Amino acid sequence: MNLTQYELDMLAGRSGEGAAMAMRVLCDLGELFGATRFLPILRAHIDGCAYTCVWDAGIEFVEKLSACGARVTVPATLNATSRDIRNWEAFRIPAEIAQKNQRLEAAYLQMGCIPLWSCAPYDAIQAPRFGQHIAWAESNAVNYANSVLGARTERYGDLVDVCCAVAGRVPECGLHIKKNRAGSVLFLLDGVTERDLADPMDFAALGYLIGKETGNHIPVIDGWNRPVAAASLKALSAASAASGSVALFHMVGATPEAATREEAFQGNAPARIVTVTPAVLDGVRDELTCAQEGAIDLVVLGCPHATYTDLQQVHGMLNGRRVHAGVEFWIQTNCLTETLARRSGVAQALESLGVKLLTDGCINNFPVTAWGFRTIATNSGKMAHYAPGNTGAKVAFLSTQSCVEAAVKGAWAK
Amino acid sequence: MKIALSTRPVIAGNAEGYILASKTALSFWGGVEPHSGMVVDVHHDLCGTSIAGRVLFIPTTRGSCSGSTILLEMVRANTAPAAIVTLCVEQILATGAILARALYRRTVPVFLASEEVFRQGSNALAASLSEDGTMWIEEQAE
Repeated sequence: MNLTQYELDMLAGRSGEGAAMAMRVLCDLGELFGATRFLPILRAHIDGCAYTCVWDAGIEFVEKLSACGARVTVPATLNATSRDIRNWEAFRIPAEIAQKNQRLEAAYLQMGCIPLWSCAPYDAIQAPRFGQHIAWAESNAVNYANSVLGARTERYGDLVDVCCAVAGRVPECGLHIKKNRAGSVLFLLDGVTERDLADPMDFAALGYLIGKETGNHIPVIDGWNRPVAAASLKALSAASAASGSVALFHMVGATPEAATREEAFQGNAPARIVTVTPAVLDGVRDELTCAQEGAIDLVVLGCPHATYTDLQQVHGMLNGRRVHAGVEFWIQTNCLTETLARRSGVAQALESLGVKLLTDGCINNFPVTAWGFRTIATNSGKMAHYAPGNTGAKVAFLSTQSCVEAAVKGAWAK
Repeated sequence: MKIALSTRPVIAGNAEGYILASKTALSFWGGVEPHSGMVVDVHHDLCGTSIAGRVLFIPTTRGSCSGSTILLEMVRANTAPAAIVTLCVEQILATGAILARALYRRTVPVFLASEEVFRQGSNALAASLSEDGTMWIEEQAE
C-alpha cells in the first residue's frame, strides 16, 4: 500500500505504540484485499462491546490498545453491551458477565469512545451523511448506513472497527468504491399492496427474504413506488443482515442511490430477478414463527434499539391496559431515548403498566436462562432469527400491535 | 506416502496436524464453541467434532461480524486449528488471524488452495505446511 507521511509516522509509532498496532492490523487487511491506499474517515461505530461476543481475547485486545496509549481520532459510538449498565441485576444478568463487560466498557471509554451503547447509532447522534466514508460495524447499522444514509462502509469485523477509529483510516476497498455499490439482483414486488407492507414487521419479512436469496450480491427492490418510513427501512436493514450478509441494498424511489432502477444497477443488467408476491411474504412470516399458538412468557421490542416514537406508539397501543400477570414485556433502547421518555413521563407511564425499559443491552448478548423463557413474541426479524439459538425459546414473529395484544392477554394467536 | 502440493499462503506460518475436512462453509460465531474447539452448529457436518489442533479444510467462512473474535479467543485459549486451508478468504476469517498475530504474536496460518489441491488434501490423513505455501500430505493407509 502507498502510505502518506502521516500514515507512515503512525505505523512507525510516532503517535504511540497503540496507534502503531492499529495501523499494522489495517495494513495487513488492506494488503490482503488489494487496497493501494487508505481513506480518511469521519465516524466510527464499534461493534465489539458485548463480552459474550468478544470474550477475554476481546477484552485483552482493547485493554492493550488503550494501555499503549491509543485514542480514537474520530467520533466513535459504542454498540449494545451484555448488560443494562444501571439495572443489570434486575434483568438477572450473571455477575461474572456484568463484571467482564464493565472491564471492556472502561477500556473503550479510556480511548475516548462515545458511551451510546446502542446498535442503532443512526437514530441517536451524529448520523453520517451521504457519500461520507465511515467505519461502522454491527450488521444492521452497516446496512442502514450504506443503504439508507448513503454513507460508505465495509462490513468490518469486531476489533477492526476500533483500529479504524484510532487510525482515522480505512483501506480503500469494497463498498468504499462507487462501482462496487452497483445492484446485481432485482427483487420485483408483484401485487404487494399497503396491506402487505403495513408494519415495520412486514418490511422485516421482506428483508429476511432478501437476505436469504441474495448471497454475495447487492439487492435492488423495485415495484413499491411509495414513501417508506425510516422505521421500516431500519427493520428491513436488520433482517436482511441477519438472514444473509447484506451490507447494502437499494430500494428504487426510497434509498439515495436508487432514484431509478438504472441508477441502482449503475446501468448494468440484473444477474437475477426474484419475484416477491404477497404469498411469498406470508411464507416468510410463517417461517420466522416457530412457537405454537398459546401462552407467551416474554414480549421483546427494540431490536434494533427503539426510538422515542416507538415508545410513544407502544404507550398509545396499550391505552392504559396492564401487561398480563406473569408476562415480561421488555423494550430495548439506548440511554438517550430512555432519558427523553423519563422527562416526558412516557417511561414512567409504560413502567406503571408493567413494561420494562432495557437500556444499553440486548437479550441476544446475555444469557436469559435464569428466566426460563419458553415463548417469545417480537416484531423484529433479526430477533426472530437469533433468539431461538441464543435463548433456547420458541418465537412468535408478530406485528407491533399483535405483540402488545399478546403482552396484555398473556397469549398469542395467528 | 507423502506428496507435495502447492498453496498460496494468505496468513503465513508453519503448521502440521491431522486433517479435518468439510465441504460446508463454517460460521465461527454461533458455529464453534471457542473454549472447547467443538463445532456446535447443528446444520454443519462437523458438528460434535473438535477443530482444535487440526489442519482444517473448509471452503469458506460465513456469518456474523463476531466470527473474527471467536477465532481470536480460540488462539488465546489454545483451541484454534493448527492451520486453515480454504478456497476463498473472506474478511472475517482474515481479520481473526491478523488480530491474533497483532495481540498474541501467534496465529492460525491460512492457505488458499485450488479446488484440486483442496480435494486431494481433504482425503488425506495429515498435512505439514510451510510458510512458502508448500503442503506435504500423508495419505490414508490403504
